[in-house]
Amino acid sequence: MTARPIIEIRGLGKFYDGFEALKNINLDVHSGERIVICGPSGSGKSTLIRCINRLEEHTSGELVVDGIELGEDTKDIRAVRQEVGMVFQQFNLFPHLTVLENLTIGPVRVRKIAKAEAEARARKYLERVHIPEQADKYPAQLSGGQQQRVAIARSLCMEPRIMLFDEPTSALDPEMINEVLDVMVELAGTGMTMIVVTHEMGFARKVADRMVFMERGEIVEVAPPDVFFTAPKSERCRAFLDQILEH
Amino acid sequence: MAEAAFPASSARPRRRLTLRRVFASRVVSIALYAIIIWLIFRTARTGAEAMGYNWQWYRVPQYFLRRTEGGYELGELVTGLGASLLLSSVAFLLALIVGLAVALLRLSDLVVGKAVARVFLEIVRNMPLLVLLYVFYYVGGPIFGFDRYTASVLCLGVFHGALVSEIFRAGINSVGRGQWEAAKSIGMTRGQSYRYIILPQSIRFMLPPLTGEAVNMIKSSAIVSVIAVAELTTAGRNIISDTYMSFEIWFTVALVYLVVTLCLSVFVSRLEQRHAVKT
Ligand SMILES: Nc1ncnc2c1ncn2[C@@H]1O[C@H](COP(=O)(O)OP(=O)(O)O)[C@@H](O)[C@H]1O
Ligand SMILES: [Mg+2]
Repeated sequence: MTARPIIEIRGLGKFYDGFEALKNINLDVHSGERIVICGPSGSGKSTLIRCINRLEEHTSGELVVDGIELGEDTKDIRAVRQEVGMVFQQFNLFPHLTVLENLTIGPVRVRKIAKAEAEARARKYLERVHIPEQADKYPAQLSGGQQQRVAIARSLCMEPRIMLFDEPTSALDPEMINEVLDVMVELAGTGMTMIVVTHEMGFARKVADRMVFMERGEIVEVAPPDVFFTAPKSERCRAFLDQILEH
Repeated sequence: MAEAAFPASSARPRRRLTLRRVFASRVVSIALYAIIIWLIFRTARTGAEAMGYNWQWYRVPQYFLRRTEGGYELGELVTGLGASLLLSSVAFLLALIVGLAVALLRLSDLVVGKAVARVFLEIVRNMPLLVLLYVFYYVGGPIFGFDRYTASVLCLGVFHGALVSEIFRAGINSVGRGQWEAAKSIGMTRGQSYRYIILPQSIRFMLPPLTGEAVNMIKSSAIVSVIAVAELTTAGRNIISDTYMSFEIWFTVALVYLVVTLCLSVFVSRLEQRHAVKT
Protein backbone atom coordinates (compact mmCIF):
# COMPACT_ATOMS: atom_id res chain seq x y z
CA MET A 1 0.00 0.00 0.00
CA THR A 2 1.41 3.38 -0.95
CA ALA A 3 0.82 6.65 0.87
CA ARG A 4 -1.75 9.08 -0.41
CA PRO A 5 -0.32 11.39 -3.12
CA ILE A 6 0.51 14.87 -1.89
CA ILE A 7 -1.12 16.31 -5.02
CA GLU A 8 -4.11 14.65 -6.69
CA ILE A 9 -5.37 16.08 -9.94
CA ARG A 10 -8.46 14.43 -11.40
CA GLY A 11 -10.18 15.42 -14.60
CA LEU A 12 -9.04 19.01 -14.22
CA GLY A 13 -10.36 21.54 -16.71
CA LYS A 14 -9.89 25.29 -17.05
CA PHE A 15 -11.73 27.72 -19.28
CA TYR A 16 -10.65 31.33 -19.79
CA ASP A 17 -13.93 32.87 -20.94
CA GLY A 18 -14.56 30.50 -23.83
CA PHE A 19 -10.99 29.32 -24.35
CA GLU A 20 -10.19 25.86 -23.01
CA ALA A 21 -6.70 26.14 -21.51
CA LEU A 22 -6.71 22.78 -19.68
CA LYS A 23 -8.55 19.61 -20.73
CA ASN A 24 -9.08 16.62 -18.49
CA ILE A 25 -5.74 16.70 -16.68
CA ASN A 26 -4.98 13.69 -14.47
CA LEU A 27 -1.81 13.58 -12.43
CA ASP A 28 -0.80 12.30 -9.00
CA VAL A 29 2.37 13.57 -7.38
CA HIS A 30 3.83 11.76 -4.40
CA SER A 31 5.71 13.36 -1.57
CA GLY A 32 9.35 13.85 -2.51
CA GLU A 33 8.73 13.40 -6.22
CA ARG A 34 10.28 15.77 -8.77
CA ILE A 35 8.17 16.42 -11.83
CA VAL A 36 9.39 18.45 -14.80
CA ILE A 37 6.74 19.79 -17.17
CA CYS A 38 7.61 20.86 -20.68
CA GLY A 39 5.72 21.65 -23.83
CA PRO A 40 5.30 24.39 -26.39
CA SER A 41 4.37 27.92 -25.38
CA GLY A 42 0.66 28.32 -24.71
CA SER A 43 0.16 24.63 -23.95
CA GLY A 44 -1.17 25.34 -20.45
CA LYS A 45 1.89 24.58 -18.30
CA SER A 46 1.65 27.80 -16.29
CA THR A 47 -2.10 27.47 -15.98
CA LEU A 48 -1.71 23.96 -14.56
CA ILE A 49 0.79 24.81 -11.86
CA ARG A 50 -1.00 28.04 -11.03
CA CYS A 51 -4.13 26.00 -10.36
CA ILE A 52 -2.19 24.00 -7.76
CA ASN A 53 -1.88 27.05 -5.49
CA ARG A 54 -5.06 28.55 -6.86
CA LEU A 55 -3.63 31.60 -8.52
CA GLU A 56 -6.06 30.34 -11.17
CA GLU A 57 -9.38 28.70 -10.39
CA HIS A 58 -10.05 25.45 -12.20
CA THR A 59 -13.45 25.23 -13.82
CA SER A 60 -13.99 21.46 -13.63
CA GLY A 61 -12.51 18.38 -12.02
CA GLU A 62 -10.93 17.94 -8.65
CA LEU A 63 -7.69 19.11 -7.13
CA VAL A 64 -6.51 17.91 -3.71
CA VAL A 65 -3.29 19.29 -2.26
CA ASP A 66 -1.87 17.88 0.96
CA GLY A 67 -5.28 16.43 1.79
CA ILE A 68 -7.16 19.69 1.23
CA GLU A 69 -9.56 19.95 -1.67
CA LEU A 70 -9.26 23.31 -3.40
CA GLY A 71 -12.62 25.04 -3.70
CA GLU A 72 -14.18 28.32 -2.74
CA ASP A 73 -13.13 28.19 0.91
CA THR A 74 -10.55 30.94 1.36
CA LYS A 75 -9.17 29.46 4.59
CA ASP A 76 -8.42 26.23 2.77
CA ILE A 77 -6.81 28.12 -0.08
CA ARG A 78 -4.53 29.99 2.29
CA ALA A 79 -3.69 26.79 4.13
CA VAL A 80 -2.65 25.22 0.83
CA ARG A 81 -0.65 28.29 -0.21
CA GLN A 82 1.37 28.12 2.97
CA GLU A 83 2.39 24.58 2.08
CA VAL A 84 3.07 25.34 -1.57
CA GLY A 85 5.92 27.67 -2.51
CA MET A 86 5.90 29.32 -5.92
CA VAL A 87 8.80 30.72 -7.91
CA PHE A 88 7.87 32.94 -10.83
CA GLN A 89 9.58 33.64 -14.11
CA GLN A 90 9.72 37.36 -13.27
CA PHE A 91 10.89 36.80 -9.64
CA ASN A 92 8.19 39.10 -8.22
CA LEU A 93 10.28 40.14 -5.26
CA PHE A 94 8.86 42.94 -3.13
CA PRO A 95 10.86 45.95 -4.32
CA HIS A 96 10.12 48.14 -1.29
CA LEU A 97 11.55 45.60 1.16
CA THR A 98 15.14 44.51 1.72
CA VAL A 99 16.15 40.98 0.91
CA LEU A 100 15.87 40.04 4.57
CA GLU A 101 12.43 41.64 4.84
CA ASN A 102 11.33 39.83 1.69
CA LEU A 103 12.18 36.58 3.43
CA THR A 104 10.71 37.35 6.85
CA ILE A 105 7.43 39.00 5.91
CA GLY A 106 5.67 35.72 5.12
CA PRO A 107 6.82 33.83 8.21
CA VAL A 108 6.11 36.81 10.50
CA ARG A 109 2.80 37.98 9.06
CA VAL A 110 1.35 34.72 7.81
CA ARG A 111 2.95 32.00 9.92
CA LYS A 112 3.02 34.38 12.91
CA ILE A 113 6.45 33.30 14.12
CA ALA A 114 8.67 35.63 16.16
CA LYS A 115 10.74 38.14 14.22
CA ALA A 116 14.09 36.97 15.59
CA GLU A 117 13.30 33.40 14.67
CA ALA A 118 12.17 34.46 11.20
CA GLU A 119 15.44 36.34 10.67
CA ALA A 120 17.50 33.37 11.76
CA ARG A 121 15.54 31.23 9.34
CA ALA A 122 15.95 33.80 6.57
CA ARG A 123 19.72 33.84 7.03
CA LYS A 124 19.79 30.07 6.95
CA TYR A 125 18.02 29.98 3.59
CA LEU A 126 20.08 32.83 2.18
CA GLU A 127 23.07 30.66 3.04
CA ARG A 128 21.41 27.80 1.18
CA VAL A 129 21.04 29.86 -1.97
CA HIS A 130 24.60 31.15 -1.57
CA ILE A 131 23.95 34.86 -1.03
CA PRO A 132 24.13 35.43 2.74
CA GLU A 133 25.97 38.73 2.18
CA GLN A 134 23.07 40.37 0.31
CA ALA A 135 20.60 40.38 3.21
CA ASP A 136 20.38 44.15 3.58
CA LYS A 137 20.19 45.12 -0.08
CA TYR A 138 17.09 45.94 -2.03
CA PRO A 139 16.06 43.61 -4.86
CA ALA A 140 16.85 46.22 -7.51
CA GLN A 141 20.49 46.17 -6.40
CA LEU A 142 20.88 42.47 -7.24
CA SER A 143 21.51 40.66 -10.52
CA GLY A 144 18.73 38.59 -12.06
CA GLY A 145 20.27 35.33 -10.90
CA GLN A 146 20.60 36.66 -7.36
CA GLN A 147 17.02 37.93 -7.40
CA GLN A 148 15.70 34.56 -8.47
CA ARG A 149 17.69 32.87 -5.71
CA VAL A 150 16.20 35.31 -3.20
CA ALA A 151 12.76 34.40 -4.57
CA ILE A 152 13.52 30.72 -3.99
CA ALA A 153 14.70 31.49 -0.46
CA ARG A 154 11.56 33.53 0.15
CA SER A 155 9.43 30.53 -0.67
CA LEU A 156 11.59 28.18 1.38
CA CYS A 157 11.26 30.43 4.43
CA MET A 158 7.60 29.44 4.58
CA GLU A 159 8.89 25.86 4.97
CA PRO A 160 6.53 24.52 2.33
CA ARG A 161 6.03 20.86 1.53
CA ILE A 162 5.82 21.48 -2.20
CA MET A 163 7.69 23.89 -4.47
CA LEU A 164 6.36 25.05 -7.85
CA PHE A 165 8.65 26.69 -10.41
CA ASP A 166 7.27 28.42 -13.49
CA GLU A 167 10.12 28.78 -15.98
CA PRO A 168 12.46 30.10 -13.27
CA THR A 169 15.39 30.67 -15.63
CA SER A 170 13.62 32.00 -18.73
CA ALA A 171 14.02 35.65 -17.78
CA LEU A 172 17.71 35.29 -16.93
CA ASP A 173 20.82 36.12 -18.90
CA PRO A 174 22.51 32.88 -19.99
CA GLU A 175 25.45 33.27 -17.63
CA MET A 176 23.13 33.35 -14.61
CA ILE A 177 21.02 30.32 -15.44
CA ASN A 178 23.35 27.81 -13.84
CA GLU A 179 23.59 29.51 -10.47
CA VAL A 180 19.82 29.18 -10.19
CA LEU A 181 19.67 25.63 -11.52
CA ASP A 182 22.43 24.59 -9.09
CA VAL A 183 20.33 25.81 -6.18
CA MET A 184 17.35 23.88 -7.52
CA VAL A 185 19.40 20.70 -7.90
CA GLU A 186 20.55 21.07 -4.30
CA LEU A 187 16.97 21.59 -3.22
CA ALA A 188 15.96 18.42 -5.05
CA GLY A 189 18.64 16.64 -3.03
CA THR A 190 16.86 17.55 0.20
CA GLY A 191 13.81 15.52 -0.77
CA MET A 192 11.53 18.48 -1.51
CA THR A 193 8.49 17.75 -3.66
CA MET A 194 9.02 19.84 -6.79
CA ILE A 195 7.05 20.61 -9.91
CA VAL A 196 9.17 22.53 -12.37
CA VAL A 197 8.09 24.00 -15.67
CA THR A 198 11.28 24.41 -17.66
CA HIS A 199 12.97 23.76 -20.96
CA GLU A 200 16.36 23.17 -19.30
CA MET A 201 16.65 19.55 -20.30
CA GLY A 202 20.03 19.06 -18.63
CA PHE A 203 18.42 19.96 -15.33
CA ALA A 204 15.44 17.72 -16.11
CA ARG A 205 17.64 14.72 -16.80
CA LYS A 206 19.50 15.30 -13.55
CA VAL A 207 16.59 15.66 -11.13
CA ALA A 208 13.30 14.58 -12.67
CA ASP A 209 11.57 11.45 -11.47
CA ARG A 210 8.95 11.90 -14.17
CA MET A 211 8.70 14.10 -17.22
CA VAL A 212 5.35 15.51 -18.30
CA PHE A 213 4.79 16.74 -21.84
CA MET A 214 1.85 19.04 -22.47
CA GLU A 215 0.31 20.33 -25.64
CA ARG A 216 -2.88 22.31 -26.29
CA GLY A 217 -4.05 22.03 -22.71
CA GLU A 218 -3.56 18.28 -22.45
CA ILE A 219 -1.01 15.97 -20.92
CA VAL A 220 0.28 14.04 -23.89
CA GLU A 221 2.96 11.97 -22.25
CA VAL A 222 4.25 11.09 -18.79
CA ALA A 223 7.45 9.08 -18.53
CA PRO A 224 10.66 8.70 -16.53
CA PRO A 225 13.43 10.80 -18.09
CA ASP A 226 15.46 7.93 -19.52
CA VAL A 227 12.43 6.71 -21.44
CA PHE A 228 11.19 10.22 -22.18
CA PHE A 229 14.39 11.40 -23.80
CA THR A 230 15.31 8.23 -25.64
CA ALA A 231 12.00 6.71 -26.67
CA PRO A 232 9.07 9.10 -26.41
CA LYS A 233 5.87 7.36 -27.41
CA SER A 234 4.06 10.20 -29.11
CA GLU A 235 5.07 11.78 -32.35
CA ARG A 236 4.33 15.28 -31.07
CA CYS A 237 6.57 14.86 -28.08
CA ARG A 238 9.40 13.62 -30.25
CA ALA A 239 9.03 16.59 -32.57
CA PHE A 240 9.11 18.97 -29.61
CA LEU A 241 12.22 17.35 -28.14
CA ASP A 242 14.00 17.41 -31.48
CA GLN A 243 13.27 21.08 -31.73
CA ILE A 244 14.55 22.13 -28.31
CA LEU A 245 17.45 19.69 -28.09
CA GLU A 246 18.98 20.67 -31.38
CA HIS A 247 20.18 23.96 -29.86
CA MET B 1 35.64 64.33 -42.78
CA ALA B 2 32.04 65.35 -42.48
CA GLU B 3 32.71 66.96 -39.10
CA ALA B 4 35.15 69.45 -40.57
CA ALA B 5 32.33 70.92 -42.59
CA PHE B 6 30.79 72.34 -39.43
CA PRO B 7 32.13 75.28 -37.43
CA ALA B 8 33.78 74.36 -34.13
CA SER B 9 31.03 75.89 -32.02
CA SER B 10 28.50 73.27 -33.13
CA ALA B 11 30.72 70.33 -32.22
CA ARG B 12 28.44 69.93 -29.22
CA PRO B 13 24.99 69.93 -30.79
CA ARG B 14 23.16 72.96 -29.42
CA ARG B 15 19.46 72.58 -28.81
CA ARG B 16 17.30 75.08 -30.58
CA LEU B 17 15.97 77.95 -28.55
CA THR B 18 12.24 77.41 -28.88
CA LEU B 19 9.63 79.61 -27.26
CA ARG B 20 8.61 76.75 -25.00
CA ARG B 21 12.15 76.24 -23.72
CA VAL B 22 12.52 79.94 -23.01
CA PHE B 23 9.37 79.93 -20.91
CA ALA B 24 10.42 76.76 -19.11
CA SER B 25 13.60 78.34 -17.75
CA ARG B 26 13.50 79.29 -14.10
CA VAL B 27 14.70 82.89 -14.49
CA VAL B 28 12.12 83.65 -17.14
CA SER B 29 9.27 82.12 -15.23
CA ILE B 30 10.12 83.96 -12.01
CA ALA B 31 10.40 87.21 -13.95
CA LEU B 32 7.05 86.52 -15.54
CA TYR B 33 5.42 85.92 -12.17
CA ALA B 34 6.90 89.15 -10.86
CA ILE B 35 5.63 91.11 -13.85
CA ILE B 36 2.15 89.63 -13.58
CA ILE B 37 1.91 90.34 -9.86
CA TRP B 38 3.22 93.86 -10.37
CA LEU B 39 0.64 94.42 -13.13
CA ILE B 40 -2.17 93.22 -10.88
CA PHE B 41 -1.08 95.52 -8.09
CA ARG B 42 -0.67 98.44 -10.43
CA THR B 43 -4.04 97.93 -12.01
CA ALA B 44 -5.64 97.62 -8.61
CA ARG B 45 -3.80 100.67 -7.43
CA THR B 46 -4.67 102.92 -10.30
CA GLY B 47 -8.23 101.59 -10.27
CA ALA B 48 -8.47 102.24 -6.58
CA GLU B 49 -7.03 105.73 -6.99
CA ALA B 50 -9.52 106.46 -9.74
CA MET B 51 -12.36 105.60 -7.39
CA GLY B 52 -10.71 107.51 -4.59
CA TYR B 53 -9.88 104.47 -2.48
CA ASN B 54 -8.15 105.26 0.77
CA TRP B 55 -5.30 102.75 1.20
CA GLN B 56 -4.61 101.92 4.82
CA TRP B 57 -1.94 99.19 4.66
CA TYR B 58 -0.51 100.38 7.95
CA ARG B 59 -3.60 99.03 9.70
CA VAL B 60 -3.09 95.48 8.40
CA PRO B 61 -0.16 94.19 10.54
CA GLN B 62 -2.23 94.36 13.74
CA TYR B 63 -4.39 91.58 12.35
CA PHE B 64 -1.33 89.32 12.38
CA LEU B 65 0.19 90.34 15.70
CA ARG B 66 -0.52 93.20 18.05
CA ARG B 67 0.91 94.53 21.27
CA THR B 68 -1.29 94.82 24.32
CA GLU B 69 -0.53 95.74 27.91
CA GLY B 70 0.02 92.08 28.76
CA GLY B 71 2.44 91.47 25.87
CA TYR B 72 1.79 90.21 22.36
CA GLU B 73 -1.45 88.83 21.06
CA LEU B 74 -2.15 86.95 17.83
CA GLY B 75 -4.35 88.78 15.37
CA GLU B 76 -7.50 87.47 13.73
CA LEU B 77 -5.75 86.56 10.48
CA VAL B 78 -3.29 84.29 12.30
CA THR B 79 -5.88 82.58 14.46
CA GLY B 80 -8.08 82.33 11.35
CA LEU B 81 -5.24 80.68 9.45
CA GLY B 82 -4.71 78.27 12.33
CA ALA B 83 -8.41 77.39 12.25
CA SER B 84 -8.27 76.91 8.47
CA LEU B 85 -5.31 74.58 8.76
CA LEU B 86 -6.90 72.61 11.57
CA LEU B 87 -10.19 72.32 9.68
CA SER B 88 -8.37 71.28 6.50
CA SER B 89 -6.27 68.71 8.35
CA VAL B 90 -9.21 67.08 10.05
CA ALA B 91 -11.20 67.10 6.82
CA PHE B 92 -8.23 65.73 4.88
CA LEU B 93 -7.84 62.90 7.36
CA LEU B 94 -11.49 62.10 6.83
CA ALA B 95 -11.00 62.37 3.06
CA LEU B 96 -8.15 59.84 3.25
CA ILE B 97 -10.31 57.40 5.19
CA VAL B 98 -13.31 57.88 2.90
CA GLY B 99 -11.08 57.72 -0.17
CA LEU B 100 -9.36 54.52 0.90
CA ALA B 101 -12.66 52.88 1.80
CA VAL B 102 -14.29 53.85 -1.50
CA ALA B 103 -11.25 52.79 -3.51
CA LEU B 104 -11.07 49.39 -1.79
CA LEU B 105 -14.79 48.90 -2.33
CA ARG B 106 -14.45 49.68 -6.01
CA LEU B 107 -11.56 47.25 -6.36
CA SER B 108 -13.26 44.52 -4.33
CA ASP B 109 -15.11 41.52 -5.70
CA LEU B 110 -18.31 42.61 -3.95
CA VAL B 111 -20.95 43.51 -6.50
CA VAL B 112 -22.92 45.55 -3.96
CA GLY B 113 -19.76 47.25 -2.68
CA LYS B 114 -18.75 48.28 -6.19
CA ALA B 115 -22.21 49.64 -6.90
CA VAL B 116 -22.31 51.64 -3.65
CA ALA B 117 -18.93 53.15 -4.44
CA ARG B 118 -19.97 54.08 -7.97
CA VAL B 119 -23.18 55.75 -6.85
CA PHE B 120 -21.35 57.66 -4.13
CA LEU B 121 -18.75 58.89 -6.62
CA GLU B 122 -21.31 59.96 -9.21
CA ILE B 123 -23.35 61.89 -6.66
CA VAL B 124 -20.45 63.67 -5.04
CA ARG B 125 -18.57 64.43 -8.23
CA ASN B 126 -21.59 65.92 -9.92
CA MET B 127 -22.66 68.20 -7.12
CA PRO B 128 -21.29 71.70 -6.53
CA LEU B 129 -19.29 71.88 -3.30
CA LEU B 130 -21.45 74.75 -2.09
CA VAL B 131 -24.64 72.74 -2.53
CA LEU B 132 -23.09 69.79 -0.74
CA LEU B 133 -22.22 72.09 2.15
CA TYR B 134 -25.79 73.37 2.32
CA VAL B 135 -27.07 69.80 2.30
CA PHE B 136 -24.83 68.84 5.20
CA TYR B 137 -25.64 71.97 7.17
CA TYR B 138 -29.27 72.78 6.45
CA VAL B 139 -30.44 69.17 6.04
CA GLY B 140 -27.91 67.26 8.15
CA GLY B 141 -28.08 69.89 10.86
CA PRO B 142 -31.73 69.53 11.82
CA ILE B 143 -31.85 65.76 11.22
CA PHE B 144 -28.58 64.58 12.73
CA GLY B 145 -27.80 67.62 14.84
CA PHE B 146 -24.57 68.55 13.00
CA ASP B 147 -23.19 71.85 14.19
CA ARG B 148 -21.46 74.20 11.72
CA TYR B 149 -18.06 72.73 12.28
CA THR B 150 -19.14 69.09 11.98
CA ALA B 151 -21.12 69.85 8.83
CA SER B 152 -18.05 71.58 7.34
CA VAL B 153 -15.66 68.74 8.17
CA LEU B 154 -18.05 66.12 6.82
CA CYS B 155 -18.76 68.08 3.66
CA LEU B 156 -15.09 68.71 2.86
CA GLY B 157 -14.10 65.19 3.85
CA VAL B 158 -16.73 63.56 1.69
CA PHE B 159 -16.18 65.86 -1.28
CA HIS B 160 -12.42 65.42 -1.35
CA GLY B 161 -12.77 61.77 -0.33
CA ALA B 162 -14.33 61.12 -3.70
CA LEU B 163 -11.35 62.70 -5.46
CA VAL B 164 -8.87 60.98 -3.15
CA SER B 165 -10.46 57.61 -3.88
CA GLU B 166 -9.56 58.00 -7.54
CA ILE B 167 -5.97 58.75 -6.55
CA PHE B 168 -5.86 55.65 -4.37
CA ARG B 169 -7.41 53.53 -7.08
CA ALA B 170 -4.92 54.66 -9.70
CA GLY B 171 -2.04 54.17 -7.25
CA ILE B 172 -3.16 50.69 -6.31
CA ASN B 173 -3.65 49.71 -9.94
CA SER B 174 -0.18 50.90 -10.79
CA VAL B 175 1.33 48.07 -8.74
CA GLY B 176 1.83 45.07 -11.01
CA ARG B 177 -0.18 41.86 -10.89
CA GLY B 178 2.95 39.88 -10.02
CA GLN B 179 3.09 41.58 -6.62
CA TRP B 180 -0.41 40.36 -5.78
CA GLU B 181 0.49 36.89 -6.94
CA ALA B 182 3.67 36.81 -4.89
CA ALA B 183 1.78 37.99 -1.81
CA LYS B 184 -0.96 35.41 -2.34
CA SER B 185 1.48 32.60 -2.93
CA ILE B 186 3.00 33.06 0.51
CA GLY B 187 -0.50 32.78 1.96
CA MET B 188 -1.33 36.42 2.61
CA THR B 189 -4.95 37.47 2.88
CA ARG B 190 -6.23 40.28 0.71
CA GLY B 191 -5.95 42.65 3.65
CA GLN B 192 -2.37 41.64 4.41
CA SER B 193 -1.44 41.98 0.75
CA TYR B 194 -2.79 45.52 0.69
CA ARG B 195 -1.19 46.49 3.96
CA TYR B 196 2.28 45.04 3.57
CA ILE B 197 2.80 44.78 -0.17
CA ILE B 198 0.49 46.87 -2.34
CA LEU B 199 -0.18 50.10 -0.44
CA PRO B 200 3.44 50.74 0.58
CA GLN B 201 4.42 50.54 -3.07
CA SER B 202 1.59 52.69 -4.34
CA ILE B 203 2.37 55.55 -1.91
CA ARG B 204 5.10 56.67 -4.28
CA PHE B 205 2.59 57.07 -7.10
CA MET B 206 0.00 58.67 -4.87
CA LEU B 207 2.07 61.26 -3.04
CA PRO B 208 2.20 63.94 -5.77
CA PRO B 209 -1.53 63.91 -6.56
CA LEU B 210 -2.37 63.69 -2.85
CA THR B 211 -0.39 66.86 -2.24
CA GLY B 212 -2.36 68.53 -4.96
CA GLU B 213 -5.51 67.38 -3.22
CA ALA B 214 -4.30 68.73 0.15
CA VAL B 215 -3.71 72.09 -1.50
CA ASN B 216 -7.20 71.92 -2.99
CA MET B 217 -8.56 71.11 0.44
CA ILE B 218 -7.03 74.22 1.97
CA LYS B 219 -8.43 76.29 -0.85
CA SER B 220 -11.91 74.84 -0.76
CA SER B 221 -12.04 75.09 3.04
CA ALA B 222 -12.65 78.81 2.43
CA ILE B 223 -16.17 77.93 1.35
CA VAL B 224 -17.28 77.20 4.90
CA SER B 225 -17.17 80.95 5.52
CA VAL B 226 -20.67 80.99 3.99
CA ILE B 227 -21.98 79.27 7.11
CA ALA B 228 -19.76 81.46 9.27
CA VAL B 229 -17.34 78.82 10.53
CA ALA B 230 -14.37 80.60 12.06
CA GLU B 231 -11.42 80.34 9.69
CA LEU B 232 -9.20 82.55 7.56
CA THR B 233 -11.77 83.72 5.01
CA THR B 234 -14.38 84.32 7.70
CA ALA B 235 -11.79 86.29 9.66
CA GLY B 236 -11.13 88.40 6.56
CA ARG B 237 -14.83 89.07 6.12
CA ASN B 238 -15.20 90.04 9.77
CA ILE B 239 -12.28 92.46 9.64
CA ILE B 240 -13.66 94.09 6.51
CA SER B 241 -17.08 94.54 8.00
CA ASP B 242 -15.39 96.38 10.91
CA THR B 243 -12.89 98.43 8.91
CA TYR B 244 -14.05 98.61 5.26
CA MET B 245 -10.48 97.85 4.12
CA SER B 246 -11.67 95.31 1.57
CA PHE B 247 -8.75 95.74 -0.89
CA GLU B 248 -5.99 95.39 1.69
CA ILE B 249 -7.57 92.50 3.50
CA TRP B 250 -8.51 90.45 0.44
CA PHE B 251 -5.04 90.94 -1.00
CA THR B 252 -3.57 89.84 2.29
CA VAL B 253 -5.83 86.82 2.68
CA ALA B 254 -5.08 85.74 -0.90
CA LEU B 255 -1.36 86.08 -0.23
CA VAL B 256 -1.60 84.01 2.96
CA TYR B 257 -3.35 81.17 1.10
CA LEU B 258 -0.75 81.38 -1.64
CA VAL B 259 2.17 81.18 0.77
CA VAL B 260 0.68 78.24 2.69
CA THR B 261 -0.12 76.17 -0.39
CA LEU B 262 3.24 76.92 -2.00
CA CYS B 263 5.06 75.86 1.17
CA LEU B 264 3.09 72.65 1.23
CA SER B 265 3.97 71.87 -2.38
CA VAL B 266 7.65 72.53 -1.84
CA PHE B 267 7.72 70.48 1.37
CA VAL B 268 6.19 67.47 -0.32
CA SER B 269 8.40 67.63 -3.39
CA ARG B 270 11.37 67.53 -0.99
CA LEU B 271 9.83 64.54 0.74
CA GLU B 272 9.33 62.84 -2.60
CA GLN B 273 12.94 63.29 -3.62
CA ARG B 274 14.08 61.66 -0.41
CA HIS B 275 11.64 58.84 -0.90
CA ALA B 276 12.78 58.34 -4.47
CA VAL B 277 16.42 57.97 -3.41
CA LYS B 278 15.62 55.37 -0.80
CA THR B 279 13.94 52.82 -3.05
N1 LIG C 1 -5.64 35.22 -17.96
C1 LIG C 1 -5.85 34.61 -19.15
N2 LIG C 1 -6.94 34.96 -19.89
C2 LIG C 1 -7.17 34.35 -21.08
N3 LIG C 1 -6.40 33.42 -21.63
C3 LIG C 1 -5.30 33.05 -20.94
C4 LIG C 1 -4.98 33.61 -19.67
N4 LIG C 1 -3.84 33.05 -19.22
C5 LIG C 1 -3.48 32.17 -20.17
N5 LIG C 1 -4.35 32.15 -21.19
C6 LIG C 1 -4.27 31.30 -22.39
O1 LIG C 1 -4.22 29.96 -21.96
C7 LIG C 1 -3.30 29.23 -22.74
C8 LIG C 1 -2.28 28.56 -21.84
O2 LIG C 1 -1.48 29.55 -21.25
P1 LIG C 1 -0.28 29.21 -20.29
O3 LIG C 1 -0.75 28.28 -19.25
O4 LIG C 1 0.31 30.48 -19.84
O5 LIG C 1 0.71 28.46 -21.29
P2 LIG C 1 2.24 28.10 -21.10
O6 LIG C 1 2.64 28.43 -19.71
O7 LIG C 1 2.32 26.64 -21.41
O8 LIG C 1 2.97 28.89 -22.13
C9 LIG C 1 -2.66 30.20 -23.71
O9 LIG C 1 -3.27 30.04 -24.97
C10 LIG C 1 -3.00 31.56 -23.14
O10 LIG C 1 -3.20 32.48 -24.17
MG1 LIG D 1 4.05 29.88 -19.01
